[in-house]
Amino acid sequence: MRAVVIQFPGSNADFDALHTLRDVVGVETSYVFHKTPTLPAGTDLVVLPGGFSYGDYLRCGAIARFAPVMADVRRHVERGGLLLGICNGFQILTEAGLLPGALTRNAHLRFECRDVLVRVDADGPFTQDLRGRVLRLPIAHAEGRYQADEATLQSLESKSLVAFRYVPAAAPDARLPANPNGSLHDIAGLYGGPRRNVLGLMPHPERMAEPILGGTDGRLLFHSAVRAALAR
Amino acid sequence: MSREPAVTPELAREHGLTEDEYATALKAIGRTPSFPELGVLSVMWSEHCSYKSSRVHLKRLPTKGPRVIHGPGENAGVVDIGDGWAVVFKMESHNHPSFIEPYQGAGTGVGGILRDVFTMGARPVAVMDSLRFGEPSHPRTPGLLRGVVAGIAGYGNAFGVPTVGGEVQFDSAYNGNILVNAFALGLCRSDRLFLGQAKGVGNPILYVGARTGRDGIHGATMASAEFEEGEEAERPTVQVGDPFMEKLLLEGCLEIFAAGVLEGIQDMGAAGLTSSTVEMASRAGNGVELWLDRLPRRAKHLTPYEILLSESQERMIMVARAGEEQRVLDICAKWDLDAQVVGRVTDTGRFVVRATPGYDPLSGAPWPDDPPVVVDLPVDLLTDAAPVYTRPCVEDSRLTDRYGVDATGLAFDPRSDLLELLSAPNVGSRAWIYRQYDHIVRDGTMVRPGAGDAAVVRLYCEDERGRREKLIAMSSDCNGRFCELDPRTGAAMAVAEACRNLACVGAAPIGLTDCLNFGNPQRPEIMAQFRDAIDGIADACKALGVPVVSGNVSLYNETTEQGGPRAVLPTPTIGAVGLFEKVSDVVGAGFRTAGDHVFVLGPRGDDRLGGSEWLTRRTGRVCGRPPSIDLAAEAALQSLLVRAAREGLLASAHDCAEGGLLVALAEACILGQSGAVLSLPAEYAVTPGGLFGEDPSRVVVSVTPYVLELFSRRVAEAGVPCAFLGRVGGASLSLEGVASWGLDEMREAHASALDDIVGR
Repeated sequence: MRAVVIQFPGSNADFDALHTLRDVVGVETSYVFHKTPTLPAGTDLVVLPGGFSYGDYLRCGAIARFAPVMADVRRHVERGGLLLGICNGFQILTEAGLLPGALTRNAHLRFECRDVLVRVDADGPFTQDLRGRVLRLPIAHAEGRYQADEATLQSLESKSLVAFRYVPAAAPDARLPANPNGSLHDIAGLYGGPRRNVLGLMPHPERMAEPILGGTDGRLLFHSAVRAALAR
Repeated sequence: MSREPAVTPELAREHGLTEDEYATALKAIGRTPSFPELGVLSVMWSEHCSYKSSRVHLKRLPTKGPRVIHGPGENAGVVDIGDGWAVVFKMESHNHPSFIEPYQGAGTGVGGILRDVFTMGARPVAVMDSLRFGEPSHPRTPGLLRGVVAGIAGYGNAFGVPTVGGEVQFDSAYNGNILVNAFALGLCRSDRLFLGQAKGVGNPILYVGARTGRDGIHGATMASAEFEEGEEAERPTVQVGDPFMEKLLLEGCLEIFAAGVLEGIQDMGAAGLTSSTVEMASRAGNGVELWLDRLPRRAKHLTPYEILLSESQERMIMVARAGEEQRVLDICAKWDLDAQVVGRVTDTGRFVVRATPGYDPLSGAPWPDDPPVVVDLPVDLLTDAAPVYTRPCVEDSRLTDRYGVDATGLAFDPRSDLLELLSAPNVGSRAWIYRQYDHIVRDGTMVRPGAGDAAVVRLYCEDERGRREKLIAMSSDCNGRFCELDPRTGAAMAVAEACRNLACVGAAPIGLTDCLNFGNPQRPEIMAQFRDAIDGIADACKALGVPVVSGNVSLYNETTEQGGPRAVLPTPTIGAVGLFEKVSDVVGAGFRTAGDHVFVLGPRGDDRLGGSEWLTRRTGRVCGRPPSIDLAAEAALQSLLVRAAREGLLASAHDCAEGGLLVALAEACILGQSGAVLSLPAEYAVTPGGLFGEDPSRVVVSVTPYVLELFSRRVAEAGVPCAFLGRVGGASLSLEGVASWGLDEMREAHASALDDIVGR
């Protein structure tokens, strides 16, 4: 299996994704610079990492969709290749039209970094055999409030494309609402693409993949993706 | 181009040069300086750049050690962490800009310290912030706190460096002059360091990064004067940051370093182009010639004076090997960075600037030939020959009047006082602050903010020899109240506490950086504080065997109020860095397992309440006789903690700091989500001093019963006093014969600490 992490100007969780895939999960992984017109042959998984691509100027993710590499990323998706957008990567996916809706400023208007609980609510290549399971993952974003019109939300629900939903802890803390940003339908992540091969999510699974970083729930997504790639 | 004013003694005075300084300059130059030359002289001789008041004292700091690769004098200190790797770190202030414009001031403070670190060839991997605000009820405090925190978050989060720790304190002494001290640490190979040197006569000087504008002109001079009322008029001198540009600059610089084409590099910080090129020339013993016509710019009709003094952010000066210019320019193009050859290294020992009057490259016209000289000054006049003052020091005779405070009549109720202290802005949770910082980017943060006494970060060292992990800890500390009441002891306590925090998580200190925030050095009582604080830092460094490797001095932190000047509390902030031997050495601060034994390690202390949070709250002022510190006992305690951590003997360790012993016990319960059943040892009295006094050198530890015997043996060998308090367990903290507190009420009190300032 072969994975690539796209480096946009301003990407800053590119190392986190590369490190987890390469050093924790053992996948052959390399960076691809945004000015590169084509992905390396044999790419199974493309990661759009977290960060502030193009400084988040204009709108988060709005400029990255015009990057030269994105045309080949779209072809990769059409071929059924796996595409994972984390945080700013999720924002890019919605701006690029690869996932519906938009991610807007958190309801409380602040950047927020902390662990949250999300429930896996859909099957797909990144969540095989995980449906119903509650994962603890960190968030770190200022614009993670998922919004879409009612028809889109209904469609996402009826097609079971809501991959992750924020859920409360067993002992809720009034200071830490389960839904950290005011997302509609508590949406934390979405599936899309022709074969549910596109996943966008606000939490950072690549930052919760080693015991010394506080947990390993995030590793499950990458192990699932490896299984999916091997099965193709 | 606007007409330049004639240079007169009066204009020199307006530029902050004294009569004597101007006379010295005239004599050295042998003529009246040009207007740009006056600007250059004024910034290079400002307190901020020349350290003219502090230099004679800074020499007393211990700066050497077996791990020190570069001590003070470079852009940041460099300390060896083994296996061919080093950490690069420094702390710097951005106080005045943050008071005028908190978001941009704090953000560019972070940006500046990041550049100091990556200009040496290191990738920044951690940031801490040490903040001081006025009293919580002051009308400006909420807005300043919100703005500063958002500014730090806005810059660090976008740049992609985790903000892993720091501290904040509120005191009325900071009402008119907040402190924003930013610490950054980077990782590099110890054989791939880059220095700020203009080496190699004939080598090209390159300008890389953001274009020059008019922002920040005379920022260094502003940082060298006290505030007057109406300081908002200074707004144009505050710089505006662009973390996206800084991120590109970082990646571009790291690629240029790896290409092996540079002789030297320095960021354009305070006093911008002038200070960076002059310092580089000075360190190499060379001269430089700059061609301003070629300088990338964003504002029209910039004059040489403005270009030389601009503090536009995110700019670097590089000296490349002759013939390698194109390689640098190509890498900059890849990262969409502006870059231009703007001068060359000379052998004249002079700082020469050429610019064509009236020419503006933004007009599209080509560079004129042979631009005339507008500045021609000896480099050493601007650096080594800059004025140095041994300013008079006179201790404030009224200080000891404050010692005589009778605490016996003050209201004291252990149960409600603990909850009050836990919810105090100076003691309770900082979650509202650190949740706004991305503290986990780069996959290294092992102990997050609020989770331990020091931040713990895994460093990922990767080169052609393979991949290796290193673990470091860092902490920043200073209690300005103790420094106010006894500068020497207070400063020693700041060093001791910063290093004790490292020892509590299991790391041994390897180096310190300091950020020395004081009032007006022309007042003898301020200068006495400064002198004594330096001695206190030196005392503690020697006792603990840890060197100061970098630092920054920020003077003139005072405001003019009715009744005279009011200085901030003397605040020598210490940033300490420690190294672990292995991952299993890391110790948390919270109680872990029911049945573990709880001890307090360290000397009993003398229960003095002076400067404590409890006494300050009760009296409304910083007063009382402050605690003393036994540095030999401190060293023994810290060695014991590190040894016990390495041998796996500690379940938890937590320092007694603000709020004293009882607050430390409560925090260990809150962090561990576990109660404890304890009783005070006989030598502790149920008095304000016994429960809430802030004697240093004390640590609450918990130990699993299985290793008690080994633990006791190590304690005895170390000769460290150790008192048994009880056991971990239950859902409340119970102190026999005193009171009991439920976990939930303690947690809620602690969590509410900043509610009154920023809302729930």
